[in-house]
Amino acid sequence: MAESVSILEHKGFGVTQRRDNWWIKPLLVFIGLSAFGVYSTWAAWQGDNFLFTGHGAYYLSPFYSPQVQLWFGLHLPFSFAFLILWIPLGFRATCYYYRKTYYRAFFADPAACAVGEPKHRHYHGERKFPFILQNIHRYFFYLATIVLLFLWYDAARAFFFRSAAGHLHFGVGVGSLVMLINVMALSGFSFGCNSLRHLVGGKLDCFSCSRTARARYKIWGKVSILNLRHAEWAWVSLFSVGLTDLYIRLCAMGTLPDVRLFIIK
Amino acid sequence: MSTRVFKVWRGDSAGGKFVDYQVDVQEGMVVLDAIHQIQRQHAPDLACRWNCKAAKCGSCSAEINGKPRLMCKTRLDGLPVDQSVNVAPMKSFPLIRDLVTDISWNYTVNKKIPPFTPGADATFLMRQRDVDRVQEFRKCIECFLCQDVCHVLREHDLKPQFFGPRFLVRVASLEMHPMDTLDRLKLLKDEGGVGLCNITKCCTEVCPEEIHITDNAIIPLKERVVDKYYDPLRIVLRVLMGTGQDGGAAEK
Repeated sequence: MAESVSILEHKGFGVTQRRDNWWIKPLLVFIGLSAFGVYSTWAAWQGDNFLFTGHGAYYLSPFYSPQVQLWFGLHLPFSFAFLILWIPLGFRATCYYYRKTYYRAFFADPAACAVGEPKHRHYHGERKFPFILQNIHRYFFYLATIVLLFLWYDAARAFFFRSAAGHLHFGVGVGSLVMLINVMALSGFSFGCNSLRHLVGGKLDCFSCSRTARARYKIWGKVSILNLRHAEWAWVSLFSVGLTDLYIRLCAMGTLPDVRLFIIK
Repeated sequence: MSTRVFKVWRGDSAGGKFVDYQVDVQEGMVVLDAIHQIQRQHAPDLACRWNCKAAKCGSCSAEINGKPRLMCKTRLDGLPVDQSVNVAPMKSFPLIRDLVTDISWNYTVNKKIPPFTPGADATFLMRQRDVDRVQEFRKCIECFLCQDVCHVLREHDLKPQFFGPRFLVRVASLEMHPMDTLDRLKLLKDEGGVGLCNITKCCTEVCPEEIHITDNAIIPLKERVVDKYYDPLRIVLRVLMGTGQDGGAAEK
Protein backbone atom coordinates (compact mmCIF):
# COMPACT_ATOMS: atom_id res chain seq x y z
CA MET A 1 0.00 0.00 0.00
CA ALA A 2 1.44 3.36 -1.01
CA GLU A 3 1.67 6.35 1.33
CA SER A 4 1.41 10.09 0.77
CA VAL A 5 3.29 11.31 -2.28
CA SER A 6 4.73 14.37 -0.58
CA ILE A 7 5.67 12.86 2.77
CA LEU A 8 9.39 13.48 2.25
CA GLU A 9 8.82 17.20 1.83
CA HIS A 10 6.41 17.57 4.72
CA LYS A 11 7.65 19.70 7.63
CA GLY A 12 6.06 20.72 10.90
CA PHE A 13 6.23 20.14 14.62
CA GLY A 14 6.54 16.46 15.43
CA VAL A 15 6.60 15.33 11.81
CA THR A 16 8.88 12.33 11.56
CA GLN A 17 9.12 8.81 10.26
CA ARG A 18 10.66 7.67 13.52
CA ARG A 19 8.73 4.90 15.21
CA ASP A 20 10.38 4.95 18.61
CA ASN A 21 9.09 6.97 21.55
CA TRP A 22 11.35 9.93 20.76
CA TRP A 23 9.15 12.30 22.79
CA ILE A 24 9.77 10.58 26.15
CA LYS A 25 13.26 11.97 26.73
CA PRO A 26 12.44 15.64 26.03
CA LEU A 27 9.29 15.26 28.13
CA LEU A 28 11.24 13.86 31.09
CA VAL A 29 13.82 16.64 30.73
CA PHE A 30 11.03 19.22 30.59
CA ILE A 31 9.48 17.82 33.77
CA GLY A 32 12.84 17.47 35.54
CA LEU A 33 14.11 20.96 34.79
CA SER A 34 10.71 22.54 35.46
CA ALA A 35 10.40 20.76 38.80
CA PHE A 36 13.85 21.94 39.83
CA GLY A 37 13.09 25.47 38.66
CA VAL A 38 9.86 25.63 40.65
CA TYR A 39 11.40 24.12 43.80
CA SER A 40 14.56 26.25 43.74
CA THR A 41 12.58 29.46 43.17
CA TRP A 42 10.23 28.58 46.02
CA ALA A 43 13.13 27.65 48.32
CA ALA A 44 15.03 30.83 47.50
CA TRP A 45 11.90 32.91 48.03
CA GLN A 46 11.35 31.59 51.55
CA GLY A 47 14.36 33.32 53.12
CA ASP A 48 14.20 31.07 56.19
CA ASN A 49 14.96 27.51 57.32
CA PHE A 50 18.18 27.51 55.30
CA LEU A 51 20.41 26.89 58.31
CA PHE A 52 20.17 23.96 60.72
CA THR A 53 22.02 24.40 64.00
CA GLY A 54 20.25 21.79 66.13
CA HIS A 55 22.48 19.83 68.57
CA GLY A 56 25.55 21.83 67.58
CA ALA A 57 25.29 21.15 63.85
CA TYR A 58 25.98 23.78 61.22
CA TYR A 59 24.27 22.79 57.98
CA LEU A 60 23.89 25.65 55.52
CA SER A 61 21.74 25.23 52.43
CA PRO A 62 23.70 25.50 49.17
CA PHE A 63 21.05 27.93 47.92
CA TYR A 64 22.08 30.37 50.65
CA SER A 65 25.85 30.08 50.60
CA PRO A 66 27.85 32.24 50.99
CA GLN A 67 25.86 34.35 53.43
CA VAL A 68 26.68 37.65 51.76
CA GLN A 69 24.09 39.60 53.71
CA LEU A 70 26.12 38.95 56.90
CA TRP A 71 29.33 40.25 55.33
CA PHE A 72 27.85 43.56 54.33
CA GLY A 73 25.10 43.88 56.96
CA LEU A 74 22.49 44.06 54.24
CA HIS A 75 18.80 44.41 55.00
CA LEU A 76 17.09 43.35 51.83
CA PRO A 77 13.41 43.44 50.97
CA PHE A 78 13.87 40.04 49.32
CA SER A 79 15.63 36.80 50.14
CA PHE A 80 19.41 37.15 49.86
CA ALA A 81 19.50 33.80 48.07
CA PHE A 82 18.76 35.75 44.92
CA LEU A 83 22.09 37.56 45.32
CA ILE A 84 23.83 34.21 44.85
CA LEU A 85 21.60 32.00 42.76
CA TRP A 86 22.09 33.94 39.52
CA ILE A 87 25.64 32.56 39.45
CA PRO A 88 24.86 28.81 39.41
CA LEU A 89 21.78 29.56 37.31
CA GLY A 90 23.92 31.38 34.75
CA PHE A 91 26.53 28.64 34.86
CA ARG A 92 23.96 25.95 34.16
CA ALA A 93 21.97 27.99 31.66
CA THR A 94 25.06 28.61 29.52
CA CYS A 95 26.49 25.09 30.00
CA TYR A 96 26.88 23.27 26.69
CA TYR A 97 25.06 20.20 28.00
CA TYR A 98 22.11 22.13 29.43
CA ARG A 99 21.87 24.12 26.23
CA LYS A 100 21.30 20.88 24.38
CA THR A 101 18.63 19.77 26.86
CA TYR A 102 16.60 22.95 26.97
CA TYR A 103 16.87 23.67 23.26
CA ARG A 104 15.36 20.24 22.82
CA ALA A 105 12.85 20.12 25.69
CA PHE A 106 11.69 23.74 25.88
CA PHE A 107 12.27 25.14 22.39
CA ALA A 108 11.79 21.92 20.39
CA ASP A 109 14.70 23.12 18.29
CA PRO A 110 14.73 20.17 17.60
CA ALA A 111 12.75 18.14 20.16
CA ALA A 112 14.61 15.05 18.96
CA CYS A 113 16.83 14.12 16.06
CA ALA A 114 15.10 13.94 12.68
CA VAL A 115 11.85 15.25 14.16
CA GLY A 116 10.09 18.27 12.70
CA GLU A 117 10.19 21.59 14.54
CA PRO A 118 7.59 24.29 15.14
CA LYS A 119 7.71 26.97 12.48
CA HIS A 120 10.41 29.57 13.10
CA ARG A 121 10.32 32.83 11.26
CA HIS A 122 14.06 33.29 11.51
CA TYR A 123 16.56 30.92 13.05
CA HIS A 124 19.74 32.58 14.30
CA GLY A 125 21.14 29.84 16.52
CA GLU A 126 23.56 31.41 18.97
CA ARG A 127 24.54 34.33 16.77
CA LYS A 128 22.10 36.94 18.08
CA PHE A 129 20.70 38.17 21.39
CA PRO A 130 19.83 36.54 23.75
CA PHE A 131 21.59 33.30 22.82
CA ILE A 132 24.81 35.04 21.81
CA LEU A 133 25.30 35.49 25.56
CA GLN A 134 26.03 31.77 25.76
CA ASN A 135 29.54 32.79 24.76
CA ILE A 136 30.31 34.09 28.25
CA HIS A 137 29.93 30.64 29.79
CA ARG A 138 33.56 30.71 30.96
CA TYR A 139 32.87 33.74 33.15
CA PHE A 140 30.01 31.95 34.85
CA PHE A 141 32.42 29.06 35.38
CA TYR A 142 34.86 31.40 37.15
CA LEU A 143 32.10 32.77 39.40
CA ALA A 144 30.60 29.34 40.05
CA THR A 145 34.02 28.06 41.12
CA ILE A 146 34.18 30.77 43.77
CA VAL A 147 30.75 29.71 45.05
CA LEU A 148 31.92 26.10 44.96
CA LEU A 149 34.83 26.95 47.28
CA PHE A 150 32.32 28.24 49.82
CA LEU A 151 30.27 25.06 49.45
CA TRP A 152 33.39 22.99 50.16
CA TYR A 153 33.94 25.09 53.27
CA ASP A 154 30.31 24.52 54.28
CA ALA A 155 30.63 20.79 53.69
CA ALA A 156 33.80 20.64 55.81
CA ARG A 157 32.13 22.76 58.50
CA ALA A 158 29.22 20.30 58.57
CA PHE A 159 31.59 17.70 60.07
CA PHE A 160 32.18 19.81 63.18
CA PHE A 161 29.62 20.09 65.94
CA ARG A 162 29.60 22.64 68.71
CA SER A 163 29.23 21.33 72.25
CA ALA A 164 27.30 23.06 75.00
CA ALA A 165 30.63 24.44 76.24
CA GLY A 166 31.24 26.04 72.86
CA HIS A 167 33.98 23.68 71.63
CA LEU A 168 33.99 22.21 68.13
CA HIS A 169 34.16 18.42 67.84
CA PHE A 170 34.59 16.32 64.74
CA GLY A 171 31.61 14.13 63.97
CA VAL A 172 29.45 12.76 61.25
CA GLY A 173 25.76 13.29 60.85
CA VAL A 174 23.55 12.31 57.95
CA GLY A 175 23.51 15.99 57.03
CA SER A 176 27.33 16.05 56.89
CA LEU A 177 27.30 13.22 54.39
CA VAL A 178 24.49 14.81 52.38
CA MET A 179 26.48 18.03 52.09
CA LEU A 180 29.69 16.20 51.20
CA ILE A 181 28.02 14.15 48.47
CA ASN A 182 26.42 17.31 47.12
CA VAL A 183 29.64 19.27 46.89
CA MET A 184 31.40 16.30 45.28
CA ALA A 185 28.65 16.08 42.67
CA LEU A 186 28.85 19.82 42.04
CA SER A 187 32.62 19.55 41.65
CA GLY A 188 32.26 16.65 39.22
CA PHE A 189 29.94 18.80 37.16
CA SER A 190 31.98 22.01 37.37
CA PHE A 191 35.37 20.48 36.62
CA GLY A 192 34.08 18.62 33.56
CA CYS A 193 33.04 21.94 32.03
CA ASN A 194 33.71 22.28 28.30
CA SER A 195 35.03 25.81 28.73
CA LEU A 196 37.45 24.64 31.42
CA ARG A 197 38.56 21.82 29.11
CA HIS A 198 39.35 24.42 26.50
CA LEU A 199 41.08 26.81 28.85
CA VAL A 200 43.33 24.27 30.57
CA GLY A 201 44.64 22.69 27.40
CA GLY A 202 42.11 22.29 24.60
CA LYS A 203 43.13 25.59 23.06
CA LEU A 204 46.66 24.31 22.48
CA ASP A 205 47.53 22.90 19.08
CA CYS A 206 50.65 21.18 20.36
CA PHE A 207 50.64 19.25 23.61
CA SER A 208 54.37 18.40 23.50
CA CYS A 209 55.97 21.66 22.53
CA SER A 210 56.87 22.89 26.01
CA ARG A 211 56.98 21.77 29.61
CA THR A 212 53.89 23.89 30.31
CA ALA A 213 52.05 22.34 27.38
CA ARG A 214 52.82 18.85 28.63
CA ALA A 215 51.53 19.74 32.09
CA ARG A 216 48.41 21.29 30.57
CA TYR A 217 47.89 18.15 28.48
CA LYS A 218 47.72 16.10 31.67
CA ILE A 219 45.15 18.44 33.20
CA TRP A 220 43.21 18.47 29.92
CA GLY A 221 43.13 14.67 30.06
CA LYS A 222 41.70 14.71 33.58
CA VAL A 223 39.05 17.28 32.69
CA SER A 224 38.22 15.24 29.58
CA ILE A 225 37.49 12.19 31.77
CA LEU A 226 34.92 14.19 33.74
CA ASN A 227 33.66 15.81 30.54
CA LEU A 228 32.80 12.42 29.05
CA ARG A 229 30.13 12.08 31.74
CA HIS A 230 29.19 15.76 31.89
CA ALA A 231 25.51 14.99 31.29
CA GLU A 232 25.37 12.53 34.16
CA TRP A 233 27.21 14.93 36.48
CA ALA A 234 24.80 17.67 35.43
CA TRP A 235 21.74 15.70 36.49
CA VAL A 236 23.24 14.18 39.63
CA SER A 237 24.42 17.58 40.86
CA LEU A 238 21.09 19.22 39.99
CA PHE A 239 19.18 16.73 42.11
CA SER A 240 21.79 16.66 44.87
CA VAL A 241 21.73 20.42 45.35
CA GLY A 242 17.92 20.43 45.52
CA LEU A 243 17.78 17.46 47.86
CA THR A 244 20.46 18.97 50.11
CA ASP A 245 18.41 22.13 50.51
CA LEU A 246 15.32 20.03 51.17
CA TYR A 247 17.10 17.94 53.81
CA ILE A 248 18.42 20.99 55.67
CA ARG A 249 15.07 22.75 55.35
CA LEU A 250 13.21 19.78 56.84
CA CYS A 251 15.74 19.52 59.67
CA ALA A 252 15.47 23.26 60.37
CA MET A 253 11.67 23.03 60.39
CA GLY A 254 11.85 20.18 62.88
CA THR A 255 10.12 17.83 60.47
CA LEU A 256 13.11 15.55 60.07
CA PRO A 257 15.58 14.61 62.83
CA ASP A 258 19.23 14.72 61.78
CA VAL A 259 20.75 11.38 62.74
CA ARG A 260 24.17 11.86 64.29
CA LEU A 261 26.34 8.86 63.46
CA PHE A 262 29.19 9.70 65.86
CA ILE A 263 31.05 12.61 67.45
CA ILE A 264 34.66 12.45 68.65
CA LYS A 265 34.99 14.36 71.88
CA MET B 1 13.33 -18.19 7.12
CA SER B 2 10.75 -15.46 7.66
CA THR B 3 9.54 -12.59 5.54
CA ARG B 4 9.34 -8.91 6.36
CA VAL B 5 7.69 -5.98 4.67
CA PHE B 6 9.96 -3.17 3.50
CA LYS B 7 8.46 0.19 2.62
CA VAL B 8 10.96 1.73 0.25
CA TRP B 9 10.73 5.24 -1.11
CA ARG B 10 10.34 5.24 -4.89
CA GLY B 11 10.29 8.46 -6.85
CA ASP B 12 12.23 11.49 -7.91
CA SER B 13 12.18 15.25 -7.39
CA ALA B 14 8.73 15.45 -9.02
CA GLY B 15 7.17 13.15 -6.39
CA GLY B 16 7.03 9.62 -5.19
CA LYS B 17 5.64 7.15 -2.69
CA PHE B 18 6.56 4.35 -0.32
CA VAL B 19 6.21 0.99 -2.06
CA ASP B 20 5.85 -2.27 -0.14
CA TYR B 21 8.16 -5.21 -0.84
CA GLN B 22 8.25 -8.65 0.75
CA VAL B 23 11.77 -9.71 1.70
CA ASP B 24 12.96 -13.15 2.81
CA VAL B 25 14.93 -12.55 5.98
CA GLN B 26 17.95 -14.61 6.98
CA GLU B 27 20.06 -14.38 10.11
CA GLY B 28 22.66 -11.61 10.03
CA MET B 29 21.02 -9.61 7.25
CA VAL B 30 21.43 -5.85 7.10
CA VAL B 31 19.09 -3.39 5.40
CA LEU B 32 21.39 -3.14 2.37
CA ASP B 33 21.03 -6.92 1.86
CA ALA B 34 17.29 -6.46 1.80
CA ILE B 35 17.56 -3.64 -0.74
CA HIS B 36 19.73 -5.85 -2.94
CA GLN B 37 17.19 -8.65 -2.66
CA ILE B 38 14.43 -6.24 -3.70
CA GLN B 39 16.55 -5.21 -6.70
CA ARG B 40 17.07 -8.86 -7.66
CA GLN B 41 13.54 -10.10 -7.17
CA HIS B 42 11.12 -7.19 -7.49
CA ALA B 43 12.55 -3.89 -8.71
CA PRO B 44 15.75 -3.97 -10.76
CA ASP B 45 15.34 -0.25 -11.40
CA LEU B 46 15.47 0.66 -7.69
CA ALA B 47 18.23 3.28 -7.40
CA CYS B 48 20.56 2.91 -4.44
CA ARG B 49 24.11 4.14 -3.88
CA TRP B 50 26.46 1.66 -2.24
CA ASN B 51 30.01 0.44 -2.51
CA CYS B 52 31.92 -1.38 0.24
CA LYS B 53 29.14 -2.91 2.37
CA ALA B 54 31.54 -2.61 5.29
CA ALA B 55 30.62 0.80 6.75
CA LYS B 56 33.77 2.36 5.37
CA CYS B 57 32.82 4.04 2.11
CA GLY B 58 29.92 6.10 3.45
CA SER B 59 27.80 5.57 0.32
CA CYS B 60 24.67 3.83 1.52
CA SER B 61 23.32 6.55 3.81
CA ALA B 62 19.54 6.55 4.17
CA GLU B 63 16.80 7.07 6.71
CA ILE B 64 15.72 3.79 8.22
CA ASN B 65 12.57 3.97 10.28
CA GLY B 66 13.11 7.71 10.27
CA LYS B 67 16.67 7.66 11.60
CA PRO B 68 19.68 8.57 9.46
CA ARG B 69 21.82 5.43 9.28
CA LEU B 70 24.08 3.44 7.00
CA MET B 71 22.07 0.66 5.35
CA CYS B 72 25.07 -1.68 5.49
CA LYS B 73 25.47 -1.22 9.23
CA THR B 74 21.83 -1.58 10.23
CA ARG B 75 21.04 -5.17 11.12
CA LEU B 76 17.46 -6.32 10.69
CA ASP B 77 17.49 -8.05 14.05
CA GLY B 78 18.05 -4.61 15.60
CA LEU B 79 14.77 -3.27 14.19
CA PRO B 80 11.32 -3.97 15.66
CA VAL B 81 10.17 -7.33 14.28
CA ASP B 82 6.47 -6.54 14.50
CA GLN B 83 6.68 -3.57 12.14
CA SER B 84 7.58 -2.98 8.54
CA VAL B 85 10.94 -1.36 7.79
CA ASN B 86 10.82 2.13 6.28
CA VAL B 87 13.71 3.06 4.00
CA ALA B 88 13.82 6.60 2.67
CA PRO B 89 16.50 8.83 1.13
CA MET B 90 18.31 11.50 3.15
CA LYS B 91 15.91 14.37 3.62
CA SER B 92 18.39 17.25 3.66
CA PHE B 93 19.64 16.83 0.12
CA PRO B 94 17.88 17.12 -3.25
CA LEU B 95 16.42 13.82 -4.37
CA ILE B 96 17.73 12.35 -7.61
CA ARG B 97 15.85 9.07 -7.61
CA ASP B 98 14.60 6.53 -5.08
CA LEU B 99 17.28 6.32 -2.38
CA VAL B 100 19.87 8.43 -4.17
CA THR B 101 20.32 12.09 -3.31
CA ASP B 102 22.50 14.84 -4.72
CA ILE B 103 25.20 15.44 -2.14
CA SER B 104 27.35 17.71 -4.31
CA TRP B 105 26.67 20.72 -2.06
CA ASN B 106 29.00 19.11 0.46
CA TYR B 107 31.89 19.15 -1.97
CA THR B 108 31.24 22.81 -2.70
CA VAL B 109 31.53 23.55 1.01
CA ASN B 110 34.71 21.50 1.22
CA LYS B 111 36.38 23.70 -1.38
CA LYS B 112 35.80 26.78 0.78
CA ILE B 113 38.07 25.45 3.53
CA PRO B 114 41.74 26.35 3.09
CA PRO B 115 43.69 23.09 3.11
CA PHE B 116 46.44 21.98 5.47
CA THR B 117 49.18 24.61 5.42
CA PRO B 118 52.34 23.55 7.27
CA GLY B 119 55.05 26.05 8.15
CA ALA B 120 58.35 26.03 6.30
CA ASP B 121 60.06 24.55 9.36
CA ALA B 122 57.50 21.79 9.99
CA THR B 123 59.39 18.65 10.98
CA PHE B 124 56.44 16.22 11.10
CA LEU B 125 58.10 14.44 13.97
CA MET B 126 55.09 14.44 16.25
CA ARG B 127 54.17 12.81 19.51
CA GLN B 128 51.17 10.52 19.53
CA ARG B 129 49.39 12.78 22.03
CA ASP B 130 49.58 15.60 19.48
CA VAL B 131 47.92 13.64 16.70
CA ASP B 132 45.34 11.71 18.74
CA ARG B 133 42.82 14.51 18.54
CA VAL B 134 43.05 15.02 14.78
CA GLN B 135 43.17 11.28 14.12
CA GLU B 136 39.70 10.97 15.59
CA PHE B 137 38.46 13.43 12.98
CA ARG B 138 40.23 11.54 10.22
CA LYS B 139 37.94 8.57 10.88
CA CYS B 140 35.18 10.44 9.03
CA ILE B 141 33.91 8.43 6.03
CA GLU B 142 31.88 11.32 4.61
CA CYS B 143 28.57 9.50 4.76
CA PHE B 144 26.97 12.92 5.42
CA LEU B 145 24.51 11.47 7.93
CA CYS B 146 25.52 14.28 10.30
CA GLN B 147 24.70 16.82 7.62
CA ASP B 148 21.39 15.08 7.00
CA VAL B 149 20.28 15.09 10.62
CA CYS B 150 21.55 18.58 11.49
CA HIS B 151 18.43 20.67 12.01
CA VAL B 152 20.17 23.84 10.77
CA LEU B 153 20.34 22.22 7.34
CA ARG B 154 17.38 19.86 7.56
CA GLU B 155 14.71 22.08 9.09
CA HIS B 156 16.00 25.63 8.58
CA ASP B 157 17.65 24.94 5.24
CA LEU B 158 20.51 27.36 5.94
CA LYS B 159 23.01 25.76 3.57
CA PRO B 160 24.32 29.10 2.28
CA GLN B 161 25.21 30.18 5.83
CA PHE B 162 26.42 27.01 7.49
CA PHE B 163 29.10 24.44 6.72
CA GLY B 164 27.40 21.66 8.71
CA PRO B 165 28.96 19.25 11.23
CA ARG B 166 31.04 17.31 8.70
CA PHE B 167 32.96 20.39 7.70
CA LEU B 168 33.24 21.77 11.20
CA VAL B 169 35.01 18.48 11.91
CA ARG B 170 37.29 19.10 8.95
CA VAL B 171 38.08 22.63 10.15
CA ALA B 172 38.78 21.22 13.63
CA SER B 173 41.19 18.65 12.18
CA LEU B 174 43.12 21.47 10.52
CA GLU B 175 42.90 24.04 13.31
CA MET B 176 44.11 21.57 15.94
CA HIS B 177 46.91 20.18 13.80
CA PRO B 178 50.25 21.02 15.45
CA MET B 179 51.96 21.69 12.09
CA ASP B 180 49.23 23.80 10.52
CA THR B 181 49.80 27.54 10.47
CA LEU B 182 46.60 29.01 9.05
CA ASP B 183 43.94 30.69 11.17
CA ARG B 184 40.45 29.74 9.96
CA LEU B 185 38.48 31.24 12.85
CA LYS B 186 37.10 34.19 10.88
CA LEU B 187 35.97 31.83 8.13
CA LEU B 188 34.45 29.59 10.78
CA LYS B 189 32.56 32.42 12.44
CA ASP B 190 31.33 34.16 9.30
CA GLU B 191 30.98 31.85 6.33
CA GLY B 192 31.08 28.64 8.35
CA GLY B 193 28.30 29.86 10.64
CA VAL B 194 29.52 27.97 13.71
CA GLY B 195 27.22 30.19 15.81
CA LEU B 196 24.21 28.64 14.09
CA CYS B 197 24.97 25.31 15.74
CA ASN B 198 23.01 25.05 18.97
CA ILE B 199 24.86 21.87 19.95
CA THR B 200 21.85 19.58 20.19
CA LYS B 201 24.24 16.72 19.35
CA CYS B 202 22.20 14.91 16.72
CA CYS B 203 25.32 14.78 14.55
CA THR B 204 27.13 12.86 17.28
CA GLU B 205 24.17 10.52 17.76
CA VAL B 206 24.09 9.39 14.13
CA CYS B 207 27.82 9.23 13.36
CA PRO B 208 28.60 5.61 12.35
CA GLU B 209 32.27 6.17 13.14
CA GLU B 210 31.33 7.34 16.66
CA ILE B 211 33.30 10.55 16.33
CA HIS B 212 32.53 12.88 19.22
CA ILE B 213 31.61 15.58 16.75
CA THR B 214 30.07 18.01 19.21
CA ASP B 215 32.33 17.60 22.22
CA ASN B 216 35.65 17.18 20.46
CA ALA B 217 35.21 19.31 17.34
CA ILE B 218 32.36 21.82 17.44
CA ILE B 219 32.52 22.93 21.09
CA PRO B 220 36.33 23.38 21.02
CA LEU B 221 35.93 25.42 17.84
CA LYS B 222 33.21 27.51 19.46
CA GLU B 223 35.53 28.13 22.40
CA ARG B 224 38.30 29.25 20.05
CA VAL B 225 35.88 31.64 18.39
CA VAL B 226 34.93 32.94 21.85
CA ASP B 227 38.63 33.51 22.59
CA LYS B 228 38.98 35.64 19.53
CA TYR B 229 35.66 37.42 19.17
CA TYR B 230 33.49 37.28 22.28
CA ASP B 231 35.61 37.10 25.43
CA PRO B 232 35.19 40.63 26.86
CA LEU B 233 38.35 40.54 28.95
CA ARG B 234 40.48 39.41 26.03
CA ILE B 235 38.94 42.10 23.82
CA VAL B 236 39.87 44.77 26.39
CA LEU B 237 43.38 43.34 26.77
CA ARG B 238 43.89 43.29 23.04
CA VAL B 239 42.77 46.89 22.75
CA LEU B 240 45.08 47.93 25.59
CA MET B 241 48.02 46.01 24.16
CA GLY B 242 47.24 47.03 20.60
CA THR B 243 47.49 43.43 19.33
CA GLY B 244 44.29 43.47 17.25
CA GLN B 245 42.09 40.43 16.84
CA ASP B 246 44.92 38.10 15.88
CA GLY B 247 46.06 38.23 19.49
CA GLY B 248 43.39 35.71 20.31
CA ALA B 249 44.51 33.00 17.95
CA ALA B 250 44.94 29.51 19.35
CA GLU B 251 48.19 28.78 21.10
CA LYS B 252 50.66 26.61 19.30
